[in-house]
Amino acid sequence: MIRSMLNLLLTGFLLGGTGAAQAELLGDAARGETLFRDCASCHQVGAGAKNRVGPQLNDIFGRKAASAGEDYRYSKGLTRMGADGLVWTFETLNAYIENPKALVSDTRMAYRGMKDETDRADLLAYLRGFSASPANIPESQPTARASEVELPPETLAIVGDKAYGEYLSSECLTCHQRSGANEGIPGVVGWPVEDFVIAMHAYKRQIRPHPVMQMMAGRLSDEEIAALAAYFAELE
Amino acid sequence: MKLNRRAFIGTGVAAAAALQAPMVWSQGRPRVVVVGGGAGGATVARYLAKDSQGQIDVTLVEPTRHYYTCFFSNLYIGGFRDIASIGHSYGKLAAEYGINVVHDWAVGVDRDAKTVTLAGGAVLPYDRLVLSPGIDFVDGSVPGWDVSAQNKMPHAYKAGSQSELLKAQIEAMPQGGRFAMIAPPNPYRCPPGPYERISMVAHLLTQVNPTAKILLVDPKEKFSKQALFEEGWARHYPGMIERIGPDFGGDKVEVRPDAMEVVIDGTVEKVDACNVIPGQKAGRICEMAGITEGNWAPVTGYTMQSRVDGNIYVLGDATAQGDMPKSGYSANSQAKVAAMAIRGELMGSSVFPAKYSNTCWSLIAPEDGVKVGAAYEPTDEKIASVSSFVSQTGEDAALRKQTYEESLGWYAGITTDMFG
Ligand SMILES: Cc1cc2nc3c(=O)[nH]c(=O)nc-3n(C[C@H](O)[C@H](O)[C@H](O)COP(=O)(O)OP(=O)(O)OC[C@H]3O[C@@H](n4cnc5c(N)ncnc54)[C@H](O)[C@@H]3O)c2cc1C
Repeated sequence: MIRSMLNLLLTGFLLGGTGAAQAELLGDAARGETLFRDCASCHQVGAGAKNRVGPQLNDIFGRKAASAGEDYRYSKGLTRMGADGLVWTFETLNAYIENPKALVSDTRMAYRGMKDETDRADLLAYLRGFSASPANIPESQPTARASEVELPPETLAIVGDKAYGEYLSSECLTCHQRSGANEGIPGVVGWPVEDFVIAMHAYKRQIRPHPVMQMMAGRLSDEEIAALAAYFAELE
Repeated sequence: MKLNRRAFIGTGVAAAAALQAPMVWSQGRPRVVVVGGGAGGATVARYLAKDSQGQIDVTLVEPTRHYYTCFFSNLYIGGFRDIASIGHSYGKLAAEYGINVVHDWAVGVDRDAKTVTLAGGAVLPYDRLVLSPGIDFVDGSVPGWDVSAQNKMPHAYKAGSQSELLKAQIEAMPQGGRFAMIAPPNPYRCPPGPYERISMVAHLLTQVNPTAKILLVDPKEKFSKQALFEEGWARHYPGMIERIGPDFGGDKVEVRPDAMEVVIDGTVEKVDACNVIPGQKAGRICEMAGITEGNWAPVTGYTMQSRVDGNIYVLGDATAQGDMPKSGYSANSQAKVAAMAIRGELMGSSVFPAKYSNTCWSLIAPEDGVKVGAAYEPTDEKIASVSSFVSQTGEDAALRKQTYEESLGWYAGITTDMFG
């Protein structure tokens, strides 16, 4: 059922059609909104969406790859593919989300891929709603979930000591590579400070599940987390 | 550059002079000699050279030109890696980090003169010495076995040609033949190592010799990740593995390499391939340096300095430090603390409180990975575990696969952290 709608939709795209009617045909956007929660710890979409760990996703359909703005640093491979003319369409996004590394081997997107075709269709249907036409972005709140942990403003305001962060980072570098490489263990280089701090506190409070990270974050003080965030944010 | 206050207390003139000329070392740059280019030694050499920006003269003494990691050598035996992929050279440490890499054995340490003598005759002076020589085997640990028998019954507990030999012998077993492992007594390097190896041998045999049997002779009552391994063995290799613990004589074992026999509490068993992992002690150079107590070199957890001689730091498997297992991850973690402490001493750079951690991943079968780990902090008495975790039995396949993939990421990460 979904599949035949997809075919219909793809035909629609090929014929040059755009617009809300087709966005509905893509898949179940409401379900896609739920699926997007997995993406939302890195990507924002909707009014006010900004580039964070990942680029913001408004107008992703029809956007040239690696072009979300000067303030976002892409992998070399994705930048090159953008320069070579890769444009995000249903098909390219579908392939990318299924297995990011198959399309862009050095991508910084630390996401394993969404294997289920229906899930991808639903997710893309949701994202399509933010791309109908540039002037027509729904005036909803950014969909990035309110942060995973509520941190007091004092905690977020701590200015990290980079020298201390550099020493502490040596413990991270046993697994997370300095180059930002992303194989099996996600890259942590160049994250915005706030995202880094929130992620580490989410591990510390055991809201994020990974046992090694819970252990590592569990014994870091607020200052130490800030120091690491400050250090990693500035690495190229 | 900051001054190291402790070094200059009460010597106003010297301190004033030092302010103008931070190099107070009579021979120019302070010298650190590192013995052993493994998980501990390569890491400490790289961090010292990198973080001192050439202001410390770092010499790394290591006899082999290629270091084969013991970590993932079991995966090589299982057929998941080729041997070249676990070999690493020292080229980058020399070319990109300016480390003086000397391929030779250290054969003596004169602690009063602060020199290291090499087998080739050179004498290297040091301001600080780091020993990370790994392990040697305890003589007579398994009656009937000594290093001269290692071709007939390989240990494969130092990786490289021994790993290749063991794999070849297992592959050459007759159909339906029997492989035996003599597991080591505590403490030894890589607590889950022998059991990961059993898993990988079982995997190899299911491919090439499915009716073969495995006899695991173990002097220990319990072993690392036991529930996880036993669950995995029952699921992936039913009926293939038999373990004989100390209650059935696993601690009273003798081997006869010429006859390919294993004698367990008086009962003679014929085997077709046999892996003997003897009891272990600190690499011999520690004993030669006179810094061991019993089989190991005691260190303080605040800095990894020898408790016998403060000018010597000891890392990794050779140490007696407390709760950390003897692993590559631990050695790498300890190396960073030592590098920071040494830079503090020699250059007056900031010294932060020591923190340590360890995680050991093991592969039980294709895409069935498990892990165990802990975080550690120093106390006056030892390096103490402060929190820990271990994979659970009954985890789903997706999580096990993710754990395995994570181990690949860790391998790439730690080897880059060691060799640049
Ligand atoms: C089968 C197996 C699997 C393992 N799996 C894992 C794993 O998955 N994860 C993990 O973290 N750890 C694992 N380990 C443990 C890990 O390999 C060791 O704990 C680690 O290598 C210890 O580091 P080290 O620096 O103390 O010694 P090593 O890495 O052994 O390095 C010592 C070096 O010193 C050199 N040397 C010795 N004497 C002298 C001398 N007199 N002069 C000059 N050089 C000398 C040696 O040639 C050697 O290169 C495993 C071990 C084995 C055997």
